[in-house]
Amino acid sequence: MNVTVIDRQPDTSAQSKLGIVDCDVHPYTKSAADLDEFLPERWRKHRQSIGGRSRSPFSNAPNYPRMSPFTGMRMDSYPKDGTHPGSDLEMMQEQLLDLFNVSYGLMMPLLGRGSDERNVEFGAAMATAANEWEAQVWCDKEPRLKAGIQIPLEYTEAAIKEIEKRAGDRRFTHVMIPPRGLEPLGRRRYWPILEACAANGFSIALHLGGTSGHPSTGGGWPSFYHEEHPSYPQSKEALVTSLVIEGVFEHIPNLRVALVEGGFAWLPSLTWRLDKHYKRLRDEVPHLKRLPSEYIRDNIWVTTQPIEEPERPEDLLATCEWIGWDRIMFSTDYPHWDQDDPRYAFKAPLTEQQKRLVFRENALSFYGLE
Amino acid sequence: MARHVVAPVSEIAPGTSKIVDIAGRSIGVFNVNGEFYALINRCPHEGAPLCIGFVLARFTSDRPGEYRLERHGELLRCPWHGWEFDIKTGQSWCHPESVKARTYQVEVVPGETLAKGPFVAETVPVSVEQNYVVVEL
Repeated sequence: MNVTVIDRQPDTSAQSKLGIVDCDVHPYTKSAADLDEFLPERWRKHRQSIGGRSRSPFSNAPNYPRMSPFTGMRMDSYPKDGTHPGSDLEMMQEQLLDLFNVSYGLMMPLLGRGSDERNVEFGAAMATAANEWEAQVWCDKEPRLKAGIQIPLEYTEAAIKEIEKRAGDRRFTHVMIPPRGLEPLGRRRYWPILEACAANGFSIALHLGGTSGHPSTGGGWPSFYHEEHPSYPQSKEALVTSLVIEGVFEHIPNLRVALVEGGFAWLPSLTWRLDKHYKRLRDEVPHLKRLPSEYIRDNIWVTTQPIEEPERPEDLLATCEWIGWDRIMFSTDYPHWDQDDPRYAFKAPLTEQQKRLVFRENALSFYGLE
Repeated sequence: MARHVVAPVSEIAPGTSKIVDIAGRSIGVFNVNGEFYALINRCPHEGAPLCIGFVLARFTSDRPGEYRLERHGELLRCPWHGWEFDIKTGQSWCHPESVKARTYQVEVVPGETLAKGPFVAETVPVSVEQNYVVVEL
């Protein structure tokens, strides 16, 4: 260990010259009632009198406060009026969009409960309400912010309807699919939704979050938050494996998938393992015409946060090389406590070309922005 | 190297701190059990405003099931990623050999001494009856 970061100067060239794209921004409501104006009366009453029913077997499975008062947010992101971090546009502009010269911020709202609501009709209504809220409360006031389409994953017809409704609306750039559905995402029950994403020109963002009722780790429910946090890459590995092996990318070759909030250094080793087994087990999966690594290379993008911080910082550059510099997109995760700062996230220096790709160009092309 | 009067001693009670701007730098001045220390308000990890973080005790364990709280009020936890620093030395708890938050010299000076100078007391009015916290920068 001979790394000294105390005297490291901020690497500002990445954002000051370029204008960065942040692939993970979390807007929040000031209160759950903020969505009411976008809910039909029937569901507004339901929200107020009954509320959501989660798939989680534990009533308060996500452990909070997660390193900050109440909500797992960075402690300097609380608005002065006492409302929720991420709920104040001016503060978001000051702490993120203006400070880092963000050209676009891809919103990944973690609210609405559309994804894990057991009452699927309520889930569908909440997803629609959250989408309207994103578009009207955020995008219309701040065009640099781009909306993610929330869908009720287990209610196929409503999900497709919501995707088709937003097609052509430039405020929306991506469909948010919860990574922990009832079944692995590559299963055929989800293909109609995935087809609708591709057919309507939307990329998919698989952002960590939501509860399916399944334990968050392959080994069962964790005891510690320290144990929970590394489960993010586990769920990403399961997603990538399922999408590839089920043949989703053979069936929908133009499906573009971004893995959000799972880091990325684990991807090369998973890819190597999938290729190794493909050579031995290909008879079981004759629907796969190419090596798993080729589907991954063509259809999967990664975002950086929470970025891995290896003991020898330059080791991460080799990992980026293995994945491909054209597949890595920078993300902050603002305003969460474990967010990354674009000036300091990479502990080893990137070339100008690598910075252009990671901080800007890859995301512009992935999300169809200019 | 100038000496800056940042507050009367009575303003920063034990267990509390004051964040001040000195010569364009944001600095946190902490009262740790009656002694004063100053740290740069910038985390060496990713640049967060370190000094608004929680002040803690050192929490250690010899083996699972046994826990010990010691050095109460001597550790500062970064408000972003939770890295912990020794307020007295700026030393990082997770990378003690390689990571440090910059510290500054602090002393307590009687008001009557201050009246003689040379001190920079831009914003803090000085009276001879009180003692003052002075940061050297």
